[in-house]
Amino acid sequence: MSRFPDFIAAAAIATAIAAPAYAEKFGLGRPALPEEIAAWDLDVAPDGTGLPPGSGDVFTGEEAFAEKCAVCHGDFAEGVGNWPKLAGGQGTLDHDDPLKTVGSYWPYLSTTWDYVNRSMPFGDAQSLTPDEVYAIVAYILYSNDLVDDEFVLSDETFKAVELPNADGFILDDRLEAEKHFWNPEPCMGNCKASVEITMRALVLDVTPEEESAEASAEAEPVQEAAAEPVETAEAPDPELVAKGERAFKKCKACHQVGDSAKSKTGPILNGIVGAPAGHAEGFRYSKAMKTAAEDGLVWDEVELAAFLAKPKKYMKGTKMSFAGLKKDGDIEAVIAYLQSYSQ
Amino acid sequence: MSDDAKGLTPSRRQFLTGAAAAGAGAVAAGAAKAATPDPLITEVQDWASGLGEGVDATPYGLPIQYESDVVRRNVEWLTADTISSINFTPIHALDGTITPQGCAFERHHSGAIELRKEDYRLMINGLVDTPLVFTYADLERFPRENRVYFCECAANSGMEWAGAQLNGAQFTHGMIHNMEYSGVSLRTLLEEAGVSPKGTWVYVEGADASSNGRSIPLEKAMDDVLVAFKANGEALRKEHGYPVRLVVPGWEGNMWIKWLRRIEVTDQAIESREETSKYTDTLENGVSRKWTWEMDAKSVVTSPSPQSPIKHGKGPLVITGLAWSGRGAITGVDVSVDGGKNWQEARLAAPGTDRALSRFYLDVNWDGSEMLLQSRARDSSGYVQPTKAQLRAVRGLNSIYHNNAIQTWWVKANGEAENVEVS
Repeated sequence: MSRFPDFIAAAAIATAIAAPAYAEKFGLGRPALPEEIAAWDLDVAPDGTGLPPGSGDVFTGEEAFAEKCAVCHGDFAEGVGNWPKLAGGQGTLDHDDPLKTVGSYWPYLSTTWDYVNRSMPFGDAQSLTPDEVYAIVAYILYSNDLVDDEFVLSDETFKAVELPNADGFILDDRLEAEKHFWNPEPCMGNCKASVEITMRALVLDVTPEEESAEASAEAEPVQEAAAEPVETAEAPDPELVAKGERAFKKCKACHQVGDSAKSKTGPILNGIVGAPAGHAEGFRYSKAMKTAAEDGLVWDEVELAAFLAKPKKYMKGTKMSFAGLKKDGDIEAVIAYLQSYSQ
Repeated sequence: MSDDAKGLTPSRRQFLTGAAAAGAGAVAAGAAKAATPDPLITEVQDWASGLGEGVDATPYGLPIQYESDVVRRNVEWLTADTISSINFTPIHALDGTITPQGCAFERHHSGAIELRKEDYRLMINGLVDTPLVFTYADLERFPRENRVYFCECAANSGMEWAGAQLNGAQFTHGMIHNMEYSGVSLRTLLEEAGVSPKGTWVYVEGADASSNGRSIPLEKAMDDVLVAFKANGEALRKEHGYPVRLVVPGWEGNMWIKWLRRIEVTDQAIESREETSKYTDTLENGVSRKWTWEMDAKSVVTSPSPQSPIKHGKGPLVITGLAWSGRGAITGVDVSVDGGKNWQEARLAAPGTDRALSRFYLDVNWDGSEMLLQSRARDSSGYVQPTKAQLRAVRGLNSIYHNNAIQTWWVKANGEAENVEVS
């Protein structure tokens, strides 16, 4: 092959430059076969390029979703725990903590189809047929109130669906909008009159504990005092309750507690500490929970702590799809927080 | 806090004078006189008498047991599951600029897969003259380049948009690593397939279940993108995409596709999940920026910091940190000890290089008074790292991604440090 000498010559000319340039091809690799390209080239563009033929309706999608998706995304695509919420949130993008879902945020329907088809279900990707993907995506649209329950999504109806936030994006405009960050002479002295601390991470206290435990063991005893209230929890003290309120954020996707609380994905938790299992009226408990209730399970602090640590291990068959609170301190704090709503 | 942190100057003369003064009066300073002989010196220690481990005791070496706390760490509440999650490089405990692979942060969308070189295939298809398939062995036969680049997750410091949250440089700034990559330029591979004049984008994806597909403008793909198979001289770790990953210099880490399996030349952006629903920056008015690929200049003091407090009391103190820019090389870093009122230029350990980490030092004589420690990076494009207030004024609080604001550590008189925000 004549290309080898060419390459040597090119490299010789460019010795001072690290990146060589080549005029000719190397003849490496082999042509990809059409079947191979078809197997891997699955992406779908916003204009529908790449969509295979097929269709699926909302009702079929609801069943498939309940079976394959709801364990993480909830029966109504509302999300379980920290898993992504797929529905809701429309009109929240300019609020604090906007809720970004397919309905409220995603600009193109192609993205949903492509992602469900290529990467879902989590742990069993590429197991869905095109018709199943069409049906599941139709159900996600329905969950977002974007189509009615008669709707059938297909490669033909695809183009008629426009997502609400399609026009909600602009191209990167930092060079213009942040032009003032390019500054040839940044201030070096007397840049402001006063400096006050406006927020502290230790007050928020969300840093993983192994780290702060180590830091406090190694450094001065000052920090240990700050960590102590966690241990002293006879009658729930306000700090522990406050910590529990923060930890309870993980539970809030499914559970409510307080004056206006109701049962949602999970039962209402007012008065749960010390209550018999299955006490929320009208809530559809799992068979496992009903059996435990009949057997006289009472949610005292010990039982509740064990359940919160590993729900599925504690009660096989519980509907609570939550991995559990890993830190004893969080469990104690959450119980203290729930106790504060006992009356 | 008092705004005159005395003696904080890199001047060698003042440094020595200050150190002597501190030594004379201070108990805490390292220069304190020993009252009794040190048994570590006067007594024969086991290691000076017996024998150590032979060669081959550890065919592939790991850090000594005494460094077992210098590891990646996860923040559990951030994500639902470690399979689709992130952890953080222990930057507070590292020095220099090269990140060892074993403690370089991980970010997976469907877990770190194990893909053998023998099972590896890379496809180039789409708007090309000849769609091609390469094996790993094919890739090794193309001319190779060696380059050092930082890789920063777009969400690095993302938790800090709304306020000081995580107490440690590892957690606030640890979604970054900096490695020397060996690989083939993407341009070489694209030219091997022959790009059609209609091609304007490439869509790149991985072999894992998430595929993590991203669209990259052809111009960038033909410029400096690498298809890398070695990092810091050895094979990539599985958590970083073994056997082959994409290196996209200066651009957000999510585009650095791991387990790279396919490159498709297209005439439009695919608008995948990772470039629409994620890695887009929502502004205060609810409109979101997309295609915000470059990582703006940023820096952080790694020590002292919350996980790396000052333990030696007053006297000589090394303030150090990292700086980087996706738009070029770091040209300078300024450090403030008074929360940004006054700045002094730090010393770069080496001249900044294109889109790689720079290490900076400021050698001071600490008088033991508290500091509000900040660093401010400047890059070769003329960009100056903004304050949190400046950044929020443009972007609001909901951007999640691309937070490159100046970080403040409140170093207290006892040497401990805390993540704070200042006015």
